[in-house]
Amino acid sequence: MEALDLARWQFGITTVYHFVLVPLTIGLSILVAIMQTAWVRTGKEKWLRLTKFYGKLLLINFALGVATGIVQEFQFGMNWSNYSRFVGDIFGAPLAMEALLAFFLESTFLGLWIFGWDKLPQKIHLLTVWLFAIGSTLSAYFIIAANSWMQHPVGADYNPETGRAEMNSIGAVLTNPTTLAAFPHVIATAFLVAGTFVAGIAVYWMVRKHREDAAHTDLPMYRTAARFGALVMLLAGAAVIYTGDTQGKLLAEQQPIKMAAAEGLMDTTTSAPFSLLAIGNLAGDDPSSVTHLIEIPGFTSFLFTGDWNAEIRGINQLQEEYADRYGATDAAGNEIQYRPNLLVTYWSFRLMIGLAAFSAALALTILWFTRKGSITTKPWMKALALISLPMPYLAASFGWIFTEMGRQPFVVAPNPDGVDMVMLLTQSGYSPNVSAGEVAFSLVVFTIVYAILGVFWFRLIQRYAVEGAPQVEQPTVDEDGSRPLSFAY
Amino acid sequence: MDLALIWFVLIAVLWTGYLVLEGFDFGVGMLMGLLAKNNKERRLALNTIGPVWDGNEVWLLTAGGATFAAFPEWYATLFSGFYLPLLLILLSLIVRAVAIEYRGKINDEKWRQRWDWAIIGSAWVPSILWGVAFANLVRGVPIAESNGHLEYVGNFFDLLSPFALLGGLVTLSLFLSHGAIFLALKTSGDFSKRAGDFAKKISVAALALAAVWAIWTQLAYSVAWTWAAVLVAALGLVAVVWFARVESFGKAFIANAVVIVGAVVLIFGSMYPDVMPSSIDPAYSLTVDNASSTDYTLTVMTWVAVIMTPIVLAYQAWSYWVFRRRISTDHIPEHSELTFLKK
Repeated sequence: MEALDLARWQFGITTVYHFVLVPLTIGLSILVAIMQTAWVRTGKEKWLRLTKFYGKLLLINFALGVATGIVQEFQFGMNWSNYSRFVGDIFGAPLAMEALLAFFLESTFLGLWIFGWDKLPQKIHLLTVWLFAIGSTLSAYFIIAANSWMQHPVGADYNPETGRAEMNSIGAVLTNPTTLAAFPHVIATAFLVAGTFVAGIAVYWMVRKHREDAAHTDLPMYRTAARFGALVMLLAGAAVIYTGDTQGKLLAEQQPIKMAAAEGLMDTTTSAPFSLLAIGNLAGDDPSSVTHLIEIPGFTSFLFTGDWNAEIRGINQLQEEYADRYGATDAAGNEIQYRPNLLVTYWSFRLMIGLAAFSAALALTILWFTRKGSITTKPWMKALALISLPMPYLAASFGWIFTEMGRQPFVVAPNPDGVDMVMLLTQSGYSPNVSAGEVAFSLVVFTIVYAILGVFWFRLIQRYAVEGAPQVEQPTVDEDGSRPLSFAY
Repeated sequence: MDLALIWFVLIAVLWTGYLVLEGFDFGVGMLMGLLAKNNKERRLALNTIGPVWDGNEVWLLTAGGATFAAFPEWYATLFSGFYLPLLLILLSLIVRAVAIEYRGKINDEKWRQRWDWAIIGSAWVPSILWGVAFANLVRGVPIAESNGHLEYVGNFFDLLSPFALLGGLVTLSLFLSHGAIFLALKTSGDFSKRAGDFAKKISVAALALAAVWAIWTQLAYSVAWTWAAVLVAALGLVAVVWFARVESFGKAFIANAVVIVGAVVLIFGSMYPDVMPSSIDPAYSLTVDNASSTDYTLTVMTWVAVIMTPIVLAYQAWSYWVFRRRISTDHIPEHSELTFLKK
């Protein structure tokens, strides 16, 4: 493999790994902040116990999320130096803002929250968890703004003298319609992940405790958590669908070939059907071999435009359009294939939707079986709760894979209504002075280190989840610092 | 004053913040292996930085992000050129972040020992490599025009000159000294005494190493006005040794921070107007002007920095105030009873 392929694999692996962890941090930080708020307002011990229980799981997750995030910022310079030169004038700005506005807030107030239980008055301490949660969410906004610019560049011109894209409006970059559509979708997904996490573990506990002892005093607490999580899942699920639909329609305008690939739609069609299952050589060079087995007539046209009879352009026609507009051959004289990998886009799109739908269905089940103060005892509910835990994670990961792979062969996809030349082929973005050996070495090292840390992450999450919510003491301020620390590493 | 120069100074400020704050984090990490006699003392050392190390690390992320935004050519050439050293630093930071958080989560001696090695190792590696990297920035590295850009054309071993390796020892000794003083300041009892004694010795070593490196830098690579920075750093180093000797560790800590400020001024002052001098031909050097972003981007970023930096400084300072008290082994609670084995 060449340095370019290795750099792409490295970016894909490190990014998906990082992005698997981040939605839980964002969603759960807000849910934990809500739990602590409920405790401060009601004084009920169960909310304090839940805050501490899910808070600990949040911290185990946050540590690995932060650690893997550090790599992301430097990887652009390390493996994608030509990309960095081309976009730095624009892309660097949201990254620097992310650090200044979000990372400092997130990490400083996390420290205050973890170690400040007996150092700060109750309400100030509550404020620290909210500021941490706000920092996490803000950080997502800036990184989505940066990513959206790569999907749909705005607020920039191409400068032929310097050979790079240059910013002309930070306002346009931060209010990119792509960002405004993607950010709510990402946040809704984060809530779906976190709601499933809270509900899944609580249901598991409810069933387990009930089977040990039907009158156990912890049962109402877990029921509260299960219903709270399920409610979040339901609301988040609806928001995911709504925001996903908005984003899909926007994408159909901005990156038509990505959406055509998601459908495996080879030729321009009016009243285009939605394909539920396709066979044939999606990955091959002959798109005509694809056969759609189950289809919903007109549904793709409806999804993309709101009109059941609309004409949707197919991959073959779009390939010609792109070749006319953006050039038929690359710098080396090879023909440019504007069609992204069909196998990956087609299936990642369906897996994203299907797995997210699974979570929403589970939420309804939980709410039904815990209605009117009842507590579920069904062993299959316990199994279902555990199976459901990874589902929204996988859905989110497939969503990212779809978003990023669907943009290929571009690293900066062209804006069809924008300034020409603000675009970059992935093959032109890598670091020409970094050898394949160096990238291969770092790829291997990252993969091994991530794998080892991932095992510890999983074992700790599992161990602490199985342990359940600990008994707690009411925190009080340690005026003269004479008591042992309420929390210590 | 033009915007690119302002950003050159701001990036120096961000690095100063990083080296002053993470300097003692790394020092504490290394000293956890050298000074602590048992688990409780290792935990004591770790908890002196517990609430703040994560926020300290953000100074690096901000320096990186600011370099990307303000000097994309510098960012691209630097990080692709220093590929392997940066990889080692990143791996250290990854492992350290997880190790600090996971170490105490399971009550098992073997589990703790492994993470201790991870924390200690991941403090030594960047402590040396940051010095190597900065020394190379001062000295200049093989940069030539390649594919229409100013690219690093050397290899890993070009980065390991005697001057650069000495730079690595300078940051190593400075961070050890910084960490020992910080521990003497933040702990009480027997451990604090030992940290103070260590600070007395290591600060002398730091003085010697830094003096040789600073004079070498000044004579070989710098300009006249940076003698002032060398002088400030030298006075700071002497003050550190003196204040450590009389066990006035608060003052020693401030003096050590002044040394780091002097060192950063010397490094950035020696580079200017380059941000990455070429050792092949000065014509290939990346400069503040040819590596920077457009005035528009720099203006936007200046506004963000002017508004946000005081706010960040204020709440970070507050967090230090909240955790201002010394701690001793009496403050370290017992481990949780959680093990990997079911009870």
